[in-house]
Amino acid sequence: MAELQLDPHAPSFQQEMKALAEDLLQKIDGGDLGKVVGVVNNINEVRDRTLYDEIGKLTRGLHNAIKDIKSGDELSEDSGIDQASDKLAYVIEMTDKAANRTMDLAEEGMPLNLENLEGAIKLQEQWQKFLRKELKPNEFRELTKQIDAYLSQTQINSKKISSQLSDILMAQDFQDLTGQVIQRVTKLVAEVETRLVDLIAMAGEVDRITGISHGESDQTETPQEKDKKIIAEGPQIDTSLDGVVGGQDDVDDLLSSLGF
Amino acid sequence: MKILVVDDFSTMRRIVKNLLRDLGFTNTQEADDGLTALPMLQSGDFDFLVTDWNMPGMTGLDLLKHVRADDKLKTLPVLMVTAEAKRDQIVAAAQAGVNGYVVKPFTAAVLKEKIDKIFERVEG
Repeated sequence: MAELQLDPHAPSFQQEMKALAEDLLQKIDGGDLGKVVGVVNNINEVRDRTLYDEIGKLTRGLHNAIKDIKSGDELSEDSGIDQASDKLAYVIEMTDKAANRTMDLAEEGMPLNLENLEGAIKLQEQWQKFLRKELKPNEFRELTKQIDAYLSQTQINSKKISSQLSDILMAQDFQDLTGQVIQRVTKLVAEVETRLVDLIAMAGEVDRITGISHGESDQTETPQEKDKKIIAEGPQIDTSLDGVVGGQDDVDDLLSSLGF
Repeated sequence: MKILVVDDFSTMRRIVKNLLRDLGFTNTQEADDGLTALPMLQSGDFDFLVTDWNMPGMTGLDLLKHVRADDKLKTLPVLMVTAEAKRDQIVAAAQAGVNGYVVKPFTAAVLKEKIDKIFERVEG
């Protein structure tokens, strides 16, 4: 990222102005009006030159900022912002795929587990009968066949469930990939912010030289206006903030206080 | 019991549908935002609406308002399942006539509890 620093060897605007002001006082004391006017002209010149310099820096800074944000990847013509959007779309795609894969596997496994469970319940009923000596010989022969079948089927089901569970574990690998992508996008956002702060500092220098001051009219919003706007905001990351519920219990408390 | 599940994320619709199935509700349909949900509600005989809040097109809150303003639909029980977790928002949903409010992330037990409660009131 190109730096936007001032030339460290150049005398500062203040230093130049101070020297000229001292010179001006001397000339006034000396009583030569022609020289006084000359110094005043010098003062104007320094001010104008500094102003042009600062505006030049600001323009160059803007240009560099845009260039820097665009050059996220030399191989691509897309800007960094375009790439960030693409990257985030990739995160959505990856998490969507992982969630669906996990749900597929869990849905496949559930009936197998249920089959094991129901088989065990059925066998146990028969087994209890056997222990109570209520089984007839032919029923007992049937039971041994059922036990044999159950043992085979349970092994098959358990193996399938094991492999589904390990596939569910594997489906979580998106966290690593999406985490890396999000870290890069976060870095880009931080860079853009740094650039903007630099530009604000430079614009501030121009304001200082020209004596422009900005009103603060555009930032305040009355509480009434704010209250009217109930809009979707997405998940609250920080639940300790004022006006944010900490969880379902808080929601229930709030609703019950409203008569729900 | 015919239920419409509205959420812009298919995974969340799937989770909700799965949970509803576990609770014994198998007749469910899906919509991905308020704009697609509203005509389905108007033309179908749905008994219950489960909706997210934050969706493109028409949000869940606007969908709720449309439902309450529609003579045919105004008594339809509506459960909001959403990540929106500000007090002001919950109050607004309550004022718009929501029957239950579940904040994401939620558990199967919470969803069951809220659904049971809604039907207790509706039937009681």
